[in-house]
Amino acid sequence: MERYSRHILLNEVGQKGQEKISNARVLVVGAGGLGCPVLQYLTAAGVGELGIIDDDLVEMSNLQRQVLYGTSSLGLNKAEAAKKRLEDLNPSIIIHAYSEKLSISNAISLFEKYTIIVDGTDNFETRYLINDAAILTKRPVVYGAIYKFEGQLSVFNYNDGPSYRCLFPEPPQNPEAVNCSQVGVLGVLPAIIGSMQANEVLKIILEIKGVLTGKLSCYDAKTSNVHHIKITKNERLINEIKNRPLKKEVSLLCTSNIQEITVEKALKKANVIFLDVREMGEEPTLEMDNYQQIPLSKISENLYEINTDSEIIVLCQGGERSKNAIQILIQNNFNNCHNLKGGAPALLAQLKHNAV
Amino acid sequence: MNINIKYFGVLAEKTACQEEQIDFESGKVSDVMKLILERHPNLKPEEFQVAQNKLIVDREASVDGTEIALLPPFSGG
Repeated sequence: MERYSRHILLNEVGQKGQEKISNARVLVVGAGGLGCPVLQYLTAAGVGELGIIDDDLVEMSNLQRQVLYGTSSLGLNKAEAAKKRLEDLNPSIIIHAYSEKLSISNAISLFEKYTIIVDGTDNFETRYLINDAAILTKRPVVYGAIYKFEGQLSVFNYNDGPSYRCLFPEPPQNPEAVNCSQVGVLGVLPAIIGSMQANEVLKIILEIKGVLTGKLSCYDAKTSNVHHIKITKNERLINEIKNRPLKKEVSLLCTSNIQEITVEKALKKANVIFLDVREMGEEPTLEMDNYQQIPLSKISENLYEINTDSEIIVLCQGGERSKNAIQILIQNNFNNCHNLKGGAPALLAQLKHNAV
Repeated sequence: MNINIKYFGVLAEKTACQEEQIDFESGKVSDVMKLILERHPNLKPEEFQVAQNKLIVDREASVDGTEIALLPPFSGG
């Protein structure tokens, strides 16, 4: 027990508290900027069982803040790479790595295996899924989120307290709110917020009074100011969630993350469909194989007409409507979509060129 | 009376300030929002929650505080 002696010396922890930590089971969703410090401190503290779920791979641009990884982890799955590093930090605990995305099909069964859920994700879709699944399984959620120099922290769904939806009932529908991987972030900010999340987890485990429930803590790294905002529980909303199956929230993609494809490359691909989302009758008209036209305004109700086995090359006139169509397609699990550079005019020009 | 308006995250960038004062007589939170949106037409009323005196409030609530904060959701992790 030498490993935990500095904890055991604390009156608030002691031998009994350390046993509580050893018996705790914590699931960390997202092993990125927030997840790394959470995992490090919970591993070091001796949390008995840790789950890590992340389907992402370690990239060079992560290393500025995701301190569990090194250059030797590049290209590896984050959950697996984190587990490897953490097992060296503390071999006496059990660590489960799930190299998949949290989804409506695995969330409930996974949450049931753990007693506390940590939200360290980087997208709204998963944040709302965590919230709803935690309400259904009655698990507290230690929430952290960051933007550039600012962080938010709270504990939701703790002892029947307010949930994330009591603060933000629905995901935002403006693309600017979506976290682009291109948005900058001060490297130390997720370390601050993530360490505060680890602190809240330990307070819950040790039953220390003062868990950050019913309040949102807003931290600004530039000014070092902290604002606490009170959140009231929305019973009606929570009851709605309790009485409906988990739903997949529509999550907008950062438009810069939409994959673009050139006409030449698109035409060389096998098993693709060219999906034209312009209104009927717009010029130039296209005559080609594997072509389908569904105007953007009608796409949501006509998704069943689209072949799910093909790659989808989406096009319009200028490239904006096709981006919007791709958002809708991705929200509906059409994951293999590309935006055609140059749209219909470029495609027509290439087809004419090829015909000569 | 003067109300102190605080902007968080992307809202502070859009308004180019972290806080500012607005002169307001009486009315609802939504009336203050109108003044703010007139001053900053690039803000969208659906992109944030409103806290009055450090408590999240409905926009139909009457203004009885001296501080109103606009909080956007953050997705980053």
